Amino acid sequence: MSDSENRPGWAVYATHSGEAAEGGVLGRAGPKIDGRARILGAALYTDDLHLPRMVVGKFVRSTQPHARIVSIDVSGALAMPGVVGYAIGSELPQKYGVIPVAQDETAMAIGKVRYIGEAIACIAAVDEETAHRAVRAVKVEYEPLPAVLTIEDALDPSKPHIHEGSRKPSNILRRIFQEYGDIDKGFAAAEVVIEDTYEYPGSTHVPLETHVALANLEPDGKLTLWSSTQNPHYVHRDVAHVLGMREQDIRLIKPTVGAGYGGKCDPFCTDIVAAHLARKLRRPVKITLEREEVFYTHRGRHPTRMWLKMGFAKDGSITAIDFKAWAEGGAYASYGVVTSYYLGVFMPLPYTLENYRFESHRLYTNKPPCGPKRGHGAIQPRLALEMHIDRAAQALGLDPAEMRRANCIAPDTETCNGLKVTSVGMRECIDAVVTASGYHTRRGALGPGRGLGLAASAYMCGALHPVYQNELSQSCVQLKVDRSGEVTLYSGTADCGQGSVHMLAALCAERLGIEPSDVRVIEGDTSLTPVDLGSYSSRVTFMAGNACVSASDKVREKLAAAVAAKLGVEPAALTFNGRRVFVTTAPDRALSFVDAVWLAEEMFGPIGEVGGYKPHKIGSRFRRQSVGPSPAYSFTAQVAEVSCDLETGIVVVDKIWVAHDCGRAINRTIVEGQIEGCVYMGVGEALFEEQRYRGGLHAVPSLLEYKIPTVHETPEIETFIVETHDPNGPFGAKEAGEGPQLSTVPAIANALHDATGIWFTRPPFTPEVVLAEISRAARAAAQRPPESS
Amino acid sequence: MSDSTNEAAGERVVALTVNGDSVRRLCPSSRTLLDFLRVDLGLNGSKHGCDVGDCGACTVLVDGIPRLSCITLAVEVEGLAVRTIEGAGPDEARIVAAFDEHVASQCGYCTPGIVLCLSHLYSEDPAADDEAIRQALGSNICRCTGYTKILAAARAASQREASQPAQGGSDE
Repeated sequence: MSDSENRPGWAVYATHSGEAAEGGVLGRAGPKIDGRARILGAALYTDDLHLPRMVVGKFVRSTQPHARIVSIDVSGALAMPGVVGYAIGSELPQKYGVIPVAQDETAMAIGKVRYIGEAIACIAAVDEETAHRAVRAVKVEYEPLPAVLTIEDALDPSKPHIHEGSRKPSNILRRIFQEYGDIDKGFAAAEVVIEDTYEYPGSTHVPLETHVALANLEPDGKLTLWSSTQNPHYVHRDVAHVLGMREQDIRLIKPTVGAGYGGKCDPFCTDIVAAHLARKLRRPVKITLEREEVFYTHRGRHPTRMWLKMGFAKDGSITAIDFKAWAEGGAYASYGVVTSYYLGVFMPLPYTLENYRFESHRLYTNKPPCGPKRGHGAIQPRLALEMHIDRAAQALGLDPAEMRRANCIAPDTETCNGLKVTSVGMRECIDAVVTASGYHTRRGALGPGRGLGLAASAYMCGALHPVYQNELSQSCVQLKVDRSGEVTLYSGTADCGQGSVHMLAALCAERLGIEPSDVRVIEGDTSLTPVDLGSYSSRVTFMAGNACVSASDKVREKLAAAVAAKLGVEPAALTFNGRRVFVTTAPDRALSFVDAVWLAEEMFGPIGEVGGYKPHKIGSRFRRQSVGPSPAYSFTAQVAEVSCDLETGIVVVDKIWVAHDCGRAINRTIVEGQIEGCVYMGVGEALFEEQRYRGGLHAVPSLLEYKIPTVHETPEIETFIVETHDPNGPFGAKEAGEGPQLSTVPAIANALHDATGIWFTRPPFTPEVVLAEISRAARAAAQRPPESS
Repeated sequence: MSDSTNEAAGERVVALTVNGDSVRRLCPSSRTLLDFLRVDLGLNGSKHGCDVGDCGACTVLVDGIPRLSCITLAVEVEGLAVRTIEGAGPDEARIVAAFDEHVASQCGYCTPGIVLCLSHLYSEDPAADDEAIRQALGSNICRCTGYTKILAAARAASQREASQPAQGGSDE
């Protein structure tokens, strides 16, 4: 271990002994290979790209939540100097969407608008200022329709359908009902039954880079599109689909991306309209969204109403869970069908459960569309479940930490709903944060207005079944080995800042005994890189990582064969480390990596290999369980310490201790950063963030009004990495980019109960909400007769 | 006063120093400093995050003081010295190295602005403490890191860290 790895606050709780890191790369701390380019402002993001003759596009957006479009008059705009063209919705009638069963979106509104801020037309002009003025000159005439703005509205059959032609009685996109075991028997066996409703607010991602697309028609009729996307493959497919072009005639390039957190998973109007206008005008077209437009583009957390009933036995084990959820999804489906599953399918993790029933609804309303945000669909129910556990512990007189610990599922378990779980570090996570925070001695002892709270959670590492059902690899990696010793790695992944470029370079370097900086990673370019499904569902480390190890192993095999022949040993007798290939038992008998490449090329010809990954078949008992199963699951526990000013209602999160089972940390600093980023986003959702509306109008569409934590509101975060070495992960790795957010909000809610004696069931815990609850509790206490004396 | 040309068309010649180089350009009076840097000079390190001064991604140094270039007009900095991340040099070397080592930059969109704010902080207080660091970064939004790695890197770049014994741990 180097000195930098031995800093205070660092701890590894290894639970399984895995294979050693032969190449010396795995588990390192410190820099990522693409770090300096970003720090020094040299990395090129989509908005940094300029082409000769380039014009910019700007959208005309709806001012009505639900209305027929009577007319669109662009003549005033087109008459302005510097305006070069326009597009309106009817030019792009093809519906699209990543989820094949719910393609309900067009690039711009056609015939009617469904939310305030929806794109109606796009004006192209020589610069931003001209485009801005031109957009204001476009006249749109509306005929308003009754708007559907709440969960009640969406369930009301008398309200108009937001999407005509729906056969559902009201504005329901999808209802899911699943039942496992015997619910009634489970509740009959319960000592304590806890039942309550929870309201989880909508929130949005706020990547600092807004959505940007730049399109250029090549002289041969082919199109190049640069997009700030998390999912190059899906954007590639949908742009071709809507434009009626062959996929092979479109090259989709993902430049450096300024974060997404799920907000850049969909193909957007920016992508499709930039491509369309580039064809129509025969000039390069760039569309850069303004910050306000990103709030309308949204695809964030679904505001969700939940009803949860749980039965607990005397020993704290869970006898049954009955759960219902209504998720308000805005005007289009986006990934909403998946959301409806994710609301329910992860509830049987991480505690033993036999009897489970859930019913979820994903609804349409006349608001910006919701979609996947970090911890997609699993964040909301986790608040309800983890608060119920603390409430049951109180009712049963049990310690909440011990109760969770005692009921953790074991490794190699199948849950009641057919999730096959491999490695589990849940108990180690709980132990790490309980010990570090002094939970057992400090909880309930911090005095009025201060408290500690614990929560645990589990999350997926990629979806077992691809969105488009097929037998193809979900991730592919191609390696080219140069005689100079440089290895070029081609991958369709999209690093949005989470560090997947470094992850791939590190895995390749580990297998080949070279340094990550010896690997040049080319990613997210559909003409250069093999397909990867994208940066969503926490799939990249697990799936692209496995593809990378597969390709690296094939290169290694050739190098080992060539070196073994030269040195007169078996290939298995060789070690790859330190840019050398040597005999393990006699390290002086060595060749440099470059020499090994030369020998291999002499023996086999040019060295290049491909690797693919698709999850091994996991037969489920349940045919319908197609959304939710993952090849592995990550686990997290965290303790929050909060202070609540009982006079003002202001809540401060003082510290978070978080432990996460990421399987294996390929780079520990990057893993810590992912965990800390999750906690940060959870703190924002707990205390401040809410996508609020006045009627159908976004109430807070700017960074000044939509409150997110700054450095001043972000608590100290102490991070522990638990390594369980998953049998199917690349070198045992799982995920770290989403799972840790699940338990942040419930840990804070449980801490608030310790601080105030009140169960807060509706984040964000703003001063208004907290004060109202405190005074309500005080009134209720005053009406009760004194308990004693 | 600088020579103004084509005022009727709303254009002005702007003369200033950028990263040590003298620059003279004819540009619209309404051009923001951010667009002047990005569009006219091709210095893309300063970023559009909000265009209304809320996020800090566009921060540059004007005569050594952090300034939000998205709500500053190019004509306002006539005759002054502007430094962008592209001008990072020996003064920023410790900060850049610490940000690299601590992976304090994830997506990187906020990082140039933060590095420049810290550069200003250490030019005034080379041994800045945690509170001073937090104050310096209060108007820079980072949505990726939870600030933890940024603070760790900033601490490592402060002379205060260097002047204290390496072991014995911090009071974190």
